[in-house]
Amino acid sequence: MTNPSVDTHVLPGDRVGAEPLLAVDNLHVEFKTRQGLVRAVNGVSYALSAGETLAVLGESGSGKSVTAQAIMGILDMPPARVPKGEIRFHGTDMLKVSEEARTQIRGQRIAMIFQDALSALNPVFTVGWQIAEMFRVHRGMSKREGFKKAVELMDRVRIPAARQRVNDYPHQFSGGMRQRIMIAMSIALDPEVLIADEPTTALDVTVQAQIMELLAELQRESNMGLILITHDLGVVADVADKIAVMYAGRIVEHANVHDVYNSPAHPYSKGLLESIPRVDLKGQDLYAIKGLPPNLLDMPTGCAFHPRCPYRRDNCVTDVPPLYEISGTRSSACHYFREVLDGTAG
Amino acid sequence: MSNATITQQPAKHTDVKAEKPASLWSDAWYDLRRNKVFLIGALLALILILVSAFPQLFSHINAYDPATCDLKNARKGITSEHWFGTDNLGCDTYSRVIYGARVSILVGIITTVITTVVGGGMGLVAGFFGHWSDILLSRLAEVFFAIPPILGALLILSVIGRDSAGVGTVVMALAVLYWPLLLRIMRAAVISAKSQDFVVAARALGASSGRIMLRHILPNAVAPVIVTATLNLGAFIAAEAGLSFLGVGVQSPTISWGLMISDARPWFLAQPEPLLFPALFLSITVLAFVMLGDAVRDALDPKLR
Repeated sequence: MTNPSVDTHVLPGDRVGAEPLLAVDNLHVEFKTRQGLVRAVNGVSYALSAGETLAVLGESGSGKSVTAQAIMGILDMPPARVPKGEIRFHGTDMLKVSEEARTQIRGQRIAMIFQDALSALNPVFTVGWQIAEMFRVHRGMSKREGFKKAVELMDRVRIPAARQRVNDYPHQFSGGMRQRIMIAMSIALDPEVLIADEPTTALDVTVQAQIMELLAELQRESNMGLILITHDLGVVADVADKIAVMYAGRIVEHANVHDVYNSPAHPYSKGLLESIPRVDLKGQDLYAIKGLPPNLLDMPTGCAFHPRCPYRRDNCVTDVPPLYEISGTRSSACHYFREVLDGTAG
Repeated sequence: MSNATITQQPAKHTDVKAEKPASLWSDAWYDLRRNKVFLIGALLALILILVSAFPQLFSHINAYDPATCDLKNARKGITSEHWFGTDNLGCDTYSRVIYGARVSILVGIITTVITTVVGGGMGLVAGFFGHWSDILLSRLAEVFFAIPPILGALLILSVIGRDSAGVGTVVMALAVLYWPLLLRIMRAAVISAKSQDFVVAARALGASSGRIMLRHILPNAVAPVIVTATLNLGAFIAAEAGLSFLGVGVQSPTISWGLMISDARPWFLAQPEPLLFPALFLSITVLAFVMLGDAVRDALDPKLR
């Protein structure tokens, strides 16, 4: 794990101890399009410590994946631009280091897995070749050593008969197995942070649970920080420690998982929770948040959620709510979080 | 995913499934070996390459030796000594056809290699790096693309000078006019491969730009280029014959089928053999490479089936 080209960026005694493993601070990302400037991420901040799981929750277009891509440094720039903000990994702002230093960090220290594992694997190479490539490129191993490691890793992510399947191609695996291979590739070099961008969305429910279990287990073994990006509240309940709920490029609620589940402090999180289908409410109409997510080209004034919010008052239309701190571990970007917590009005 | 179903299938079927290889290339090779069009095309191409490399194996008469031509035997029909008859200078048409294969095959292969490497390489760069390199290379390609090929080749070859025209100049003229086609095809394939998730994933897992370009994009973009290159091979051979026929391609004493056709034209009605045989061999050669190209396309691009 010693990597001089990266470590030199951290000065000795540079409040490393005080820094979380990974901190996103007031991050802004915008895209230049023909229609105008799209502000996909507007001041997102979150932190992740080793061994911790942070779930980033939000619907499509809320900026959760863009934030992750900015952390990885895989945004296409242009059209993307990061006008403001910091992404600190071990205290070093990743946005300021050279591209070579970032290439060193990608895959080795921060890795990522994707939603659709079939399209995320190269169709012309065997899975063994692709896993072994990680070792050959980054660890200078020989082909044989790499393949041995690939088999070990495939065993570790519970692919049955790994030795026989190491020379199979991605399309010969089922969806769940492909995701396991993707996970094997991402954990190959023992990264400190793993970002999982909707890792289970393309899978059926039973396989979803297995993959989440596998991720949680691998995390326990290696004490890595895990950022779990999802739009599925059900997926995160068991594995996440903290939740960051995103809406229109901002974090609207940041809290421990149990706090959010027990008493959401933002009308949007509350709406998300209420729209989970429940067995005990069978036969009743399923709750849905009214309206549609905002057009990022033409954002509502004030609080971006106000056109859909049952707690809306006059000042929501004009004043952008700051992220109010409710307690040490919990914050909400709603002027009326107290009413939301109490469940009054609406 | 097939594991579950395989157990319920008859054993014979599973055997076939298990034998069938899975990668694009081994799958394509599997298809090709069973494709009659490919086998016939490949056999013909192989024979032609052998003929052009070792013409002395196929003809005891060295067509390049002027002493073998005998004016007394001029314009004789098919005899046991002269299988394809003799031309108006008394040279043996069969040996000339055999020795003429070399120019056709050389022009076809060298032009294909040059256009593929130059056009394909530029297409890879243009597609992968985009932005100004794409604008620059694509516009440059369009300039050459706009020139009508036959006219362009006539122009280039007459400017270079008819004295120095040979295999090299014909290859150059054709390469200059046809590389933009390969650039376009490679560029389009690279751009479509570049936007695929596995390229983003490779980047997220720490692959460098060069590695992404050569390992992840090139193997996924090269198939249409190979198909076009194989199909072009036949076209280049035909183009060489055409240019030589028009008098701007290779020049006598070099033996070329196009030149032979041109030389035999005035006596065609009196004695057709010196024109018919090179024309027949030219057609067979072009056909062989077109068959190869078609078979390769079918194998590499299953969507067209």
